[in-house]
This record gives sequence, C-alpha cells and structure tokens, in this order.
Amino acid sequence: MPLAVVLILLVVGSLVFHFLSPWTFTPLASNWSQIDDTIDITFWVTGFVFVAVNIFMAYAIIKYRAKKGGRAVYDPENKKLELWLTVFTTIGVAAMLAPGLFVWAKFVNVPDGATEVEALGQQWHWSYRLPGEDGKFGNVNARLIGADNPFGMDPADPLGLDDVLVSSAELHLPVDVPVKMLLRSKDVLHNFTVAQFRVKMDLVPGMETYMWLTPTEIGTYEVLCEELCGIAHFAMRGAVVVESQADYEKWLASNPTWAETQAGVQGNAAVGAAQYAVCAACHGQQGEGLLALNAPKIAGQSGWYLKNQIHAYKDGLRGVHEDDIYGRQMAPMANILASDEAISNVVAHIQTLPDKAPPATIEGNPQAGAKTYAVCAYCHGGNGQGIQAMNAPRLAGMTDWYLARQLNNFRDGVRGAHRRDYYGLQMGLIGATLKDDQKINDVIAYINTL
Amino acid sequence: MTITLIFLAAIMATVIGWLLKQTLNTQPWMASAADDAVSGRSLDTHSKTIALTTFLAVATSLFALFISAYTMRMHMADWSPLTEPNMLWINTGLLVLASIAYQLTRNAAVAAKQSFLKPGLAISGLFTLLFLGGQLLAWQGLYASGHYMTSNPANAFFYLLTAVHGLHILGGLYVWARSTIKVWTGAEADSVRLSIELCTVYWHYLLLVWLVLFGLLLST
Amino acid sequence: MAYVAIADRDHEIEHHDPDTFITKYIWSQDHKVIAIQYSLIAIFVGLIALGLSVMMRLQLGFPNDFSFITPEHYYQFVTMHGMIMVIYLLTALFLGGFGNYLIPLMCGSRDMVFPYMNMLSVWVYLLSVIILLASFFVPGGSTGAGWTLYPPQAIAAGTPGVDWGILLMLLSLAVFIVAFTMGGLNYVTTVLQARCKGMTLMRMPLSVWGIFTATVLGLLAFPALLVSAIMMILDKTVMSSFFMPAALIAGEQSSHTGGSPVLFQHLFWFFGHPEVYIVALPAFGIVSDVLATHARKNIFGYRMMVWAILAIGGLSFIVWAHHMYVSGMNPYFGFFFATTTLIIAVPTALKVYNWVLTLWQGNIHLRVPMLFAIGFIFTFIHGGLTGIFLGNVVVDLPLSDTYFVVAHFHMVMGVSPVLVVFAAIYHWFPKITGKMFDERLGRWHFWLTFLGTYSIYLPMHYLGFLGVPRRYFAMGDPSFMPESAHSLNTAITVSAIIVAMTQILFFVNIIKSLRSGEKAGPNPWGATSLEWLTPDTPPKHGNWGHHLPEVHRWAYDYSVPGYPDDFIPQTVPADKAPSGRDHGVKH
Repeated sequence: MPLAVVLILLVVGSLVFHFLSPWTFTPLASNWSQIDDTIDITFWVTGFVFVAVNIFMAYAIIKYRAKKGGRAVYDPENKKLELWLTVFTTIGVAAMLAPGLFVWAKFVNVPDGATEVEALGQQWHWSYRLPGEDGKFGNVNARLIGADNPFGMDPADPLGLDDVLVSSAELHLPVDVPVKMLLRSKDVLHNFTVAQFRVKMDLVPGMETYMWLTPTEIGTYEVLCEELCGIAHFAMRGAVVVESQADYEKWLASNPTWAETQAGVQGNAAVGAAQYAVCAACHGQQGEGLLALNAPKIAGQSGWYLKNQIHAYKDGLRGVHEDDIYGRQMAPMANILASDEAISNVVAHIQTLPDKAPPATIEGNPQAGAKTYAVCAYCHGGNGQGIQAMNAPRLAGMTDWYLARQLNNFRDGVRGAHRRDYYGLQMGLIGATLKDDQKINDVIAYINTL
Repeated sequence: MTITLIFLAAIMATVIGWLLKQTLNTQPWMASAADDAVSGRSLDTHSKTIALTTFLAVATSLFALFISAYTMRMHMADWSPLTEPNMLWINTGLLVLASIAYQLTRNAAVAAKQSFLKPGLAISGLFTLLFLGGQLLAWQGLYASGHYMTSNPANAFFYLLTAVHGLHILGGLYVWARSTIKVWTGAEADSVRLSIELCTVYWHYLLLVWLVLFGLLLST
Repeated sequence: MAYVAIADRDHEIEHHDPDTFITKYIWSQDHKVIAIQYSLIAIFVGLIALGLSVMMRLQLGFPNDFSFITPEHYYQFVTMHGMIMVIYLLTALFLGGFGNYLIPLMCGSRDMVFPYMNMLSVWVYLLSVIILLASFFVPGGSTGAGWTLYPPQAIAAGTPGVDWGILLMLLSLAVFIVAFTMGGLNYVTTVLQARCKGMTLMRMPLSVWGIFTATVLGLLAFPALLVSAIMMILDKTVMSSFFMPAALIAGEQSSHTGGSPVLFQHLFWFFGHPEVYIVALPAFGIVSDVLATHARKNIFGYRMMVWAILAIGGLSFIVWAHHMYVSGMNPYFGFFFATTTLIIAVPTALKVYNWVLTLWQGNIHLRVPMLFAIGFIFTFIHGGLTGIFLGNVVVDLPLSDTYFVVAHFHMVMGVSPVLVVFAAIYHWFPKITGKMFDERLGRWHFWLTFLGTYSIYLPMHYLGFLGVPRRYFAMGDPSFMPESAHSLNTAITVSAIIVAMTQILFFVNIIKSLRSGEKAGPNPWGATSLEWLTPDTPPKHGNWGHHLPEVHRWAYDYSVPGYPDDFIPQTVPADKAPSGRDHGVKH
C-alpha cells in the first residue's frame, strides 16, 4: 500500500518537477526549432506512457494487494490484448520517429549557399579558419602542423593564401546566414557544442566532419568540447559571437590571412631596446625582475607568451580586476606599445637578454609538490619548459613569488575572470583545484627544482 | 561492418529460427501426465559437440570482426596492398593435407582401426606443425624485406590475421597432443574417438577460415 | 525429438565429490559454490566502483573542496567506475553469479556440463579483476580515457594512465573475455543439453531464458571488444596504425599515420550495445520470476515474453551506431540506426506491459523482493522512455554527451539492474543460505535505495536539458548554467552519499541473517520452479539427491482454479493436479 502511494507521488512529483523546473533547454539561438518540436512530441508521447503505465501499476497494487483468502486469477495470456498493445506502441514509436527522421534529413543535407567555417580542435583549445575572399579553403595536412604553422597549411596550395586564420578561441558569425561548420582535429577526438544551437558534432583527427546551422539570435555563446579529450577536457572552452553583418566584417578584417601570418613582422631587437627602457624601470635592465617593485622576470620567457600577455593587457582582458593591484599597474604600461610592430620589437629585445635563474623565495615541500605538478606537466611540460602548442608558458627558472601570486589570482578569479580571456579562463579552472596555500607553495618548490 | 552483419544475421536467423520452431506451437501452460515426460535435451548429440559448435560460432564472430575491420581500414588513404609471399601457397597446401589426414584418422577411429591411429595422428600433427613453421617463414621473409607492422596497415593486418589464426591452431594442437599421448600410451580407439572427431571438425573449420583469410589477402 | 533416458546423459557430467575444505570451497567445481565465488568477487569490485562514484560526486557537488581529487584522479575514477560497473560487476554477477546458481537448479540438472571449465572460469575472472585493480598502482595510474577507451586519447599523451594503465585495462578485458567464454560455453550447453526430463524449452522459467539469451549475445559480442583491445594494444606497443591517425600529440608529431578512430568506435559499440542487453536480459528474466511468485499469478503472456527476449537479443546487434550519431560517421547511417533503435522499443514495451499485467488480478504480497521488483519496473520505464529521446537521432543532437545521457543510462543500466540484483538476492537468499533475511532491514534498504536513486537521477536529466556536459571535472561558471544548477549538483551529491551509505544496511542484513536468521523452509515463497524443490536447503553437491526431478508443467502454475494450494510445483503431473487444459484457457 505505501508502495502504491509512493509510486503515484513519484509520478505526480516528476510531473510537477518537470513543469516547475527552472532547469530546461537554453533559449534557442539557431534555426533548429524543429529539433525542439521533435523533443516536445517525444515528451508528450513518453510522458503519457510514463503516467499511464505507472498509475495503472499503482492501481493494480492497491486493488490486488494480498488479502486473507484472496486468490489471483489464472490467466496465461490474452492474444487480443497483446496485439492491441503492440499496435498502439508501434503507432506511438512511429509518431516520434517519423518527424525525427524528417528533421535529420534536413540536418544531413546542407543548404546551397551556406558559408563555410572550419573549427580546428586541439588539446585543449579552439581555433578557426575561414576560406577568405576566394571562398575556398586551401589544403591542409596534419603532418605540416607545427609551432610556426599551427593550422597545418599546405604552402604549395595558392588557394590557402587568403584563408583567414583565427587563433583565438572566439569565432564570430553573421546572424541569419546559414553556416556549414567543417570540423577538424589536430590530435584526439573533440566535439563542437553550443547548447543554444542544439546541434553538435565530433572532431575526428584524420578526417573532416561537418554540421550546419543558421544562427538567429545576436549574442555570445559558449563553445564546449563535449567529447572526452584528455585531462583538461573540461577546460576546453571557446565562444561564438553572433553579430550583424557589419560587425562581422569588421571582425573578419581584424584577423590575418595565412599569407599575412607568413610575412609576419619580425621584431627588431635594436629598435626594441630603446622602447624597453620603460619596461626596465620595473622589470630590470636585464629583465631579471624586481621583487621590490612586484615585477616578474621576463628574460627567458617565450616570445609568443609575452606577446599574448601584452595584448591581453592592451585589450583589457588582464589587469582590470579591482583586486589585481599589480596587473592594473601594468595595463597602462602595455598601452605604451602602440602597434604590433612595437610589441614585436620589444619582445625581440627581451629575448636577447641573459636568462639567469632568480633566487628561490618560496618554501615548500617539493616531494608533495611533485604530485600536484603531474597535472601541470600535461601542458607546461615535464620540465616546466612551457609548450607553445599547448599555449602554456615556461614556469621553471622564472620568479617564483610571481608564480605564487598568479596561482592565487587564478584560484581567486582575479586573473582569468574576463569572459574573453580564454587562456586565463582555462588556467582559472585548473588553478581552482589548488585550494590551500600550502599546495601552491609545494608545487612552486617543486618547480624550483626543475 | 557488412560482413559481420551478414554473418551475425545468419547466426541470429538460425538460432532464433530454431528457437521459434521450439516455441511457436507450444502451449506452455499445458501440463503433461507422469508417463509422457519428454527429454530435456534439445539436440541428440554429445555436449562436447555443442560446446565446440558454440565455440566455433564465437571464433567465427572474432574472425568476421577482424575481416570487417580489415575492409573498413582498407578504404583509408594510406593503405598500400601487400604482395603476399608465395610461401603462403605451400602453407595452404600443408593445411589442406593436415585436414585430409585428420579426416582419415577420424574415419579410422570411427571404424575402430586401432593401427591407423598412431600414423594418422602423427601425420596430421606433422602437417599442421609444418604449416605453422611455414607461416613463421613467411613472416620472416616479409620482415627481412622491410615489411614491418608500422610501415603499412596492410602489413599490420597480415601479421595480425595470421597470428590469430595460428593461435587457434596452437589451441587445436594442444588437444591433438593430448589424444596423441593417450594413443601412444595404449588407449583404445573408442576412448579418443570423440576428441579426434571434434578435432577433425576444428581442423576443417580452421582450414576454411584460412582459405577465407588467404582469399581476402590475395584479392586486396 | 529422440527420447534419451536420464542415465544416458548423467554420465556426461563429471562428478567429483568434494571432501576437503579446499575442494569444497576453494577449487570447487560445484556450480553453487562457483556462483557464490563469482558473486563475492563481483560485489567486492562493485563496492570499489561505488566508492569511486562517491569521489566523483564529491568533486561535482563541492568543486575543488576535496583537494585530493585532482583532474587526473577524477578521470581515472570515471573510467574505472564505468568499466567495473558494466563489466566486472553486472556482467559477472548476472551471468557468472546468478547464471551459475540458477541454470542447473532451474533446469533440473546436477551441475554445469563442464564443471572443471566452470571452475577455471571463476579463477580466470579473478585474475582479470586483479590485473584491473593492479592498474591503480602502476606508474601513471589507471587509465583515464573514459570507459569507452576511445583512441586516440586512450593511448595519447594528455590522458592519465596512457603508459601502463591502458595496457593493463586492455589486458584485463582480454582475460575477462576468456573467463566469460569458458563460462558462457557452459551455460549454453547446459541449457540446451542438461535439462531434466520433461523440461521443454517453453517450460523453463524466464530467468533461464534471459540468462541463456544474454550468454549467446555475450559470446557473439565480446569478440568485438577483444578485436578492438588487441588492435589498440598493438597501436600502443608496436606503433601500428589501426586506429591512430597522423596527429600532433602534446606538440610533437606522432609516428602513427592514417588510422581510423571511428573504426574503433564501431567495433567497441558492436560489443557495447549488446552488452547493455547482456545485463538487461537476465534482469528481465529474473524480475519476471520474482513478480509471478509474489503476485501468486502466472507471468502474463509467457510466450510473448520469450519471443520478446529473443527479438531484443537479435535486434541488439543492429542498433550499435546509435551511440555514434555525433561521432562523425557517415550521417546517413543515422536513418537506419534510429529506425532499428526505436523498433527495439516495441518488444521492450511489451515486456513492461506484461509485467504490469501480471500484477493485474494478482494476489500481491509486497515482500522485500517484490518491492525491489516493482521498483525496477518504475525505474526501467523511466530509463526506457528516456532512451527513446536518445535513440531518435535528432533528439540526440542536443542531448548527447550531456548529463541527460548519464542520467538515462544510470536509470536503465545502473539502478534498474541493481534493483533486480537485490530482488534476486532477497528472493533466493533463503535457498542459498537456508536462512531468512531480516524483513525490516530489507524494507529500509529498499526505500532508501529506491527513493535515493530517483532523487539522484531525475534532476540529473534536467542538467542535461540545460546542456551541462558529462565528463567535466569542473563546470566553472558558464553563462547558460544558473546558480541554482550548481546547488542542484550539490543536492545530487548528498543523495548519492545517502544511497551509498544505505548499502551498509544490506550487508548488515546479510551478516545478521547468516548468523542468526530464522531457519527457512525449502520453499518459503510457495514457488513452483525446480530450485525450490531440492531435497536439501541449501542444496547439496549434485542438487537432487538420488533422483533427478521430472517436470510436467511450466513454472507459472500459480492460483490454478480447482487446486487447494495457490501454486503447483513443476514436478506435479497433470493427473495429480489441474492444468490450463482443464479450464479451457483461450489462446
């Protein structure tokens, strides 16, 4: 008896939960309203079965619970009833399947005139490629992928010269234009998902997959990787910005073509030396860093990372949080470097500075830190050398008090909190695991031994 | 996957068809009187035969899946077909001879011709061992000519398929060795008859598998 | 069919009457002892997997508060939890445990046909478990590739345990397959050839049908796992390229070239989907028998139940790619696999109807096993219906790889079979041990487990609707996830911990009942099937004393009109008690 009551309560409760739950599909932002319709049909059919069968069962339990002297009815089978049930079930199933297949046929066949965009996945970053003015993608080859050719572009293919390469995790799309997403992976499986778009597809290394959609609502949407791709799978995030055609074109023009990245500005260290004078005030003549002025060592740090960070400061992605006192000091300094060329020159100069190991200032237990560092090593390398392909900077031989402060900042959401700071966001998700300060000290003590 | 599907469809059709035949016209709720209880065996054969048949179905599933994997992988861009060593033709002949020898031994065992057993088993085993030796030589030849597992998927599949087939043969040789030792220590034909009969089926089966694999290798 | 006397076949079963402790309980060839060995090992690893799931829930409910759970550990826990639960607990327990115990007893035979092979099976299974657990302790730890072990990440840097962990996992699976095959050949042969006189196939209890069909599925499907395991081991060790494409791993060009990760997925799911039914079909069978016994009513539509089991078994081989709708396989496959997948819903739904119709007009005794069985029907309906969402290819698009999937398969493949496991253990406990269990503890166990698991998984579906992805160590703070969804995660974790703790009640019950339980009679539920008719309780080696039983009717003669008892054991002939014929049953 309590069982029957509980079953009824569970059915009612599930329905109440369903209708009152604030947790339901995100507002649709693409053309795939038909997917939502199919889901609705499925809800109605399965909901009916769920309620009907369970209530019938509860009723049977109440009505036919064991009574003194009670006896069951002997009834081996009833062909007619079973036939009717089969027919009804088949109709219900067909009612869900038919619209499903109809919509799937739409998904499989990309409409003519859809623009093409390629999303390129790697552990644990997104980047994108657009076909450029000729509307055609150049050839790519996984074997050509390297630090200076992250997209694996084939230099022999002229079609690739005008391909627009977006090395940020942020993709922009014009609203109301159908887009065919071509999906490619450098290393392992990934999956390109935007919850508001409804559709998703895996990225498979060694082949190209696709899906299509028409974004219908202007806004910014998170991209998540939804196919387990290794230890930082959960930190593989990006964004799609849907905007007006005009905004889109502005964005498009701000990204370099393959040809432009090839011809990329080579920094001039001699010119940079003059501009470095400003930096030297805090970071030291040799870029060795000054604890008194809270300026970290920059000599020996990889050029690509320095550039990234100067850009982050300039774009207001870093050094804007109110608790980031020192970052806020750096932000106006970065703005002094007006052009990409100026940045390249300074960085080129920094790379000529002698790389001397700074003294250790953090005390901790390196043995304990070694265990924690196992996670760090996936991106920053076993020797803390930094890996450009993973967008992970060098850690070993850098100023350790600075590492400690940054780990604290990442953990506390002081750094990496800006929605568009995708690399910082990623480190923030990882940094959040270092809850206690002792752990941070230990891991830095270990990094000091590298 | 088509080959596996066809194979499994065939097995499923057989099993389900057979089971349906057993079940379709029954009225299970009918009781029977004390004197008309039917047998509890579904098939009039020895349990070991059933077990072997079931195992052959499992092995077929295994080989069919390998072949499916082969045919799917074959269509990828980096596949370059392997030139099968001529040695394989000789090996095929050896395996055919082993199968024939086992069939003759089986006939002798069924007819209780004791004197045939020892030479029969010896020759069957010899040909089988020669086949395995031949396969090893074929491997060696390929390896010496630079066809490594890493160099091409076709090579890798060749080593893999022949190895899996060879392992199945080794398993058969274990049973062969047991009956041979029994016969040499003076066992009667009757006591090894079943094991020889089952081995014969197994040998024919592995010959068939080899012919299919060899055919697949030659045709691609 | 040729008539064969009992004596003809009895000699095919070798008998070794055990006399020492070792031959009786360790190297035993008695199917009942082997069944218990299988079950104990399975439950032991199952508890480890349960502990792992609590760790995962701790991280999800209280992100980063438990600093010993690093992302590395988290993914290792996810992987080991899934693999252990699916293979080493459920498959081993249903087939190795219940299959071993029930097949010979329900079919009226003295033992499995090949007892020695049966014994080897359990020890090889133990070996596979040891190899699996060893992977926790090797350098780099166990694999963190997810239980699906998809390459490239399963063997490429960037995933925990890519050196030793994954190799031990694959090796352990291969060893498990050997163990299962040895057991499986036994179960099939025993069901086909060693049933007692009068036990036609259509008189077998549905438990036997379920276990038998699941075994056939397992025998044909496990080779697919073996094939993929072997090929992956080779890709890892000798650098062949079956599955591994040219790739840039951790910033370095790998030496692999041209392989197909999707090929692995096809092979894996060709095994993986039938595997779902390898677990489900025995549960279907067992629950049918528990329902009939405690409702004092024949199972409704027995023949339909048998055919549904066979149909589901057959269809389960042509639906595998519904796990791969978004894998990048040829999208046109979606049409075929969505159709076959939804077709399989029909026989499955029929089974549910027939269970409920068995209760209808019954005389329902809500004892502990029955509570679990009815709980199963509820959770299975829920899990089955959410399966229709995922099977229908376009509905799968937004939902796949989200918590909806996690909730679905835990309802249908976790909670449901586990409820049946408990139903079965409570149901047969008096036969296995000769003691009654504690009814009150059993009820507490049921209510907390049943309501607790529902409060875990019902809300989890809604996280999936929201788009919360599965296999995320931490969600961070994405804009589509409201603050309340994070609190929901915490609530789910609290429920999960309660459910996990509840299982202590079960073990307390078992131990208490073994020590001081009331003595059970040979047939406490008044059941009809043969296992309740053994001369000894618990049954002795050889099960039947001097004479094998003879069967004259099906296993569902409950409440037959005109007979004083409300059950007629299978061994009672037609001239001693009424049968369907006497009552003009329509058919």
